[in-house]
Amino acid sequence: MTDPIASYILHLNAMAGGLFLLAAFAIVATRQMLSCVRWFVGQSLLLAASATAIGIGLHSWHLGAVAVITVFTKAIAMPWLLRRTVRRELYRRREISQVLNIPTSLLVAAALTLLAYAIVYPVTAMAAAPFVDINLSVGLAGLFLGAYTVAVRREAVSQLLGLLAMENGAFFAAVSIAPDLPFIAELTVAFDVPVTTLVIGLLTRRIHERVGGTSVGLLAALRER
Amino acid sequence: MEERILYNLLQVAVVMGFAPLAEGVLNRLKEIVQSKRGPSIFQPYRDIWKLLHKDEVVSEESTWLFRATPYVAFVAPVFVTLLIPVLTRYPLFFAFMGDMLGGGFVLALGGFFVALAAVDTGNPYGPMGASRTRMVGFLAEPVFIIVFFTVSFVAGSTIPYIVQTVWLSPFSNFFAPSHVLTMLAFFMLILAEDARIPVDSPSGHFELAMIDKSKGLEYSGRGAAIMKWAGAMKLFVLLCIFLNVLVTPWGLASTTALGDVLLAIPLVLLKIFLFLVALVVIESSLAKLRLFRITEFLSAAFVTSVVALTTSASGL
Repeated sequence: MTDPIASYILHLNAMAGGLFLLAAFAIVATRQMLSCVRWFVGQSLLLAASATAIGIGLHSWHLGAVAVITVFTKAIAMPWLLRRTVRRELYRRREISQVLNIPTSLLVAAALTLLAYAIVYPVTAMAAAPFVDINLSVGLAGLFLGAYTVAVRREAVSQLLGLLAMENGAFFAAVSIAPDLPFIAELTVAFDVPVTTLVIGLLTRRIHERVGGTSVGLLAALRER
Repeated sequence: MEERILYNLLQVAVVMGFAPLAEGVLNRLKEIVQSKRGPSIFQPYRDIWKLLHKDEVVSEESTWLFRATPYVAFVAPVFVTLLIPVLTRYPLFFAFMGDMLGGGFVLALGGFFVALAAVDTGNPYGPMGASRTRMVGFLAEPVFIIVFFTVSFVAGSTIPYIVQTVWLSPFSNFFAPSHVLTMLAFFMLILAEDARIPVDSPSGHFELAMIDKSKGLEYSGRGAAIMKWAGAMKLFVLLCIFLNVLVTPWGLASTTALGDVLLAIPLVLLKIFLFLVALVVIESSLAKLRLFRITEFLSAAFVTSVVALTTSASGL
């Protein structure tokens, strides 16, 4: 990794990783539903950018295909589906309620990131592959932050975003570890995303019709009619 | 050696001379965005000149602190100017007197005196602004520290002249995530530290909502002129640190020839102008945050800097 182009690719990939992590933080902390979706789209684009960079670096055309599929499903199809199914929630509700307040959640999120780095560090110290160190740690941190989003939000749509952010994180790690993942596996996962979105979107709609809101936090207790 | 001392003094002259101009340009640009004409870009010079010739009124209740503060606030940015690269790429005579942390401390000393003087007069709005500034300040402090950690970790030094060369050798370092995120965090810090719009409204005239400006309300005449000039210089110095050390270390003189150093002045001013345009876009498109949302803004900056630190600690 001494020639200049490879070093550029390495740094650009690392920058995509840093911004990816930042987008994950933003999904944890953003108040508005719509900007939350936008951050998620941005995160998916960064995932695609990283996949492209690694694809060029490792001469693997699979990763180019991964990038194209990611852009198509997560940056185009997913927001479109959300707009179709839960339009009201997306545009009318401005602020999402959280279990913890935002500074606290950000601190917890920072701690989770450090934990991810601590877990990954011994692994990357052994691995010799060039992109693994940044992608594995950022991907694992993205996974944790997505899980944390699911835990801390009280709103069905933003929990969905957390779920998909987890998936983004897993992909971010996977593109560096297994750049030659069978294509069919990627296609399947990519197909999963719109289906998940559709199912949760429709479910949210049903919940909304029944309860008059999508605050899942309110659904903790059973009530008899 | 003599020329290094000379250039160091030239830096101070540049900062003192052009700081009000930067403020004037900023105000004018803001007015233009609001489709007004706005005052001339030289208005801050006229204001300072006018105030210097007016009588000064000092409250009988105030102590020596109130009288000394304008001078401390004025000297602090001048001192920091001696330590940072404004025009040259190579270290000047005073460069090793203090590092970035030292510069931060000197700037903080000025801010501390201004806050004390605001409490000193007994004007009800001064202490309010002072305590709010302290609140923003202590939230900004950890971000400062982590940014300095990151920078010194990457560069292996805290002297700004050494730091600025690290981002460019090789050039791909410029895209390192630690660099990009550090820039972002420091930018948010400048907004908070200089009381810009998401944190405070610099052009607001409603005393109850003021954070930064209410501290200088009691000053008149020469004191007000010096405080105004000091505020402009503080912004200019922060921009020099941000632009010359962190963002774009280009356009600085790399030889000791006088022509090179003089050529660096318009280039630095151009960079500052471009930054001011970006600042105006931000100030015109965002709304001021509620006081208790400032914690969220600054914790976002903190997390950004922590991410920068962790990515740099992981080897890149």
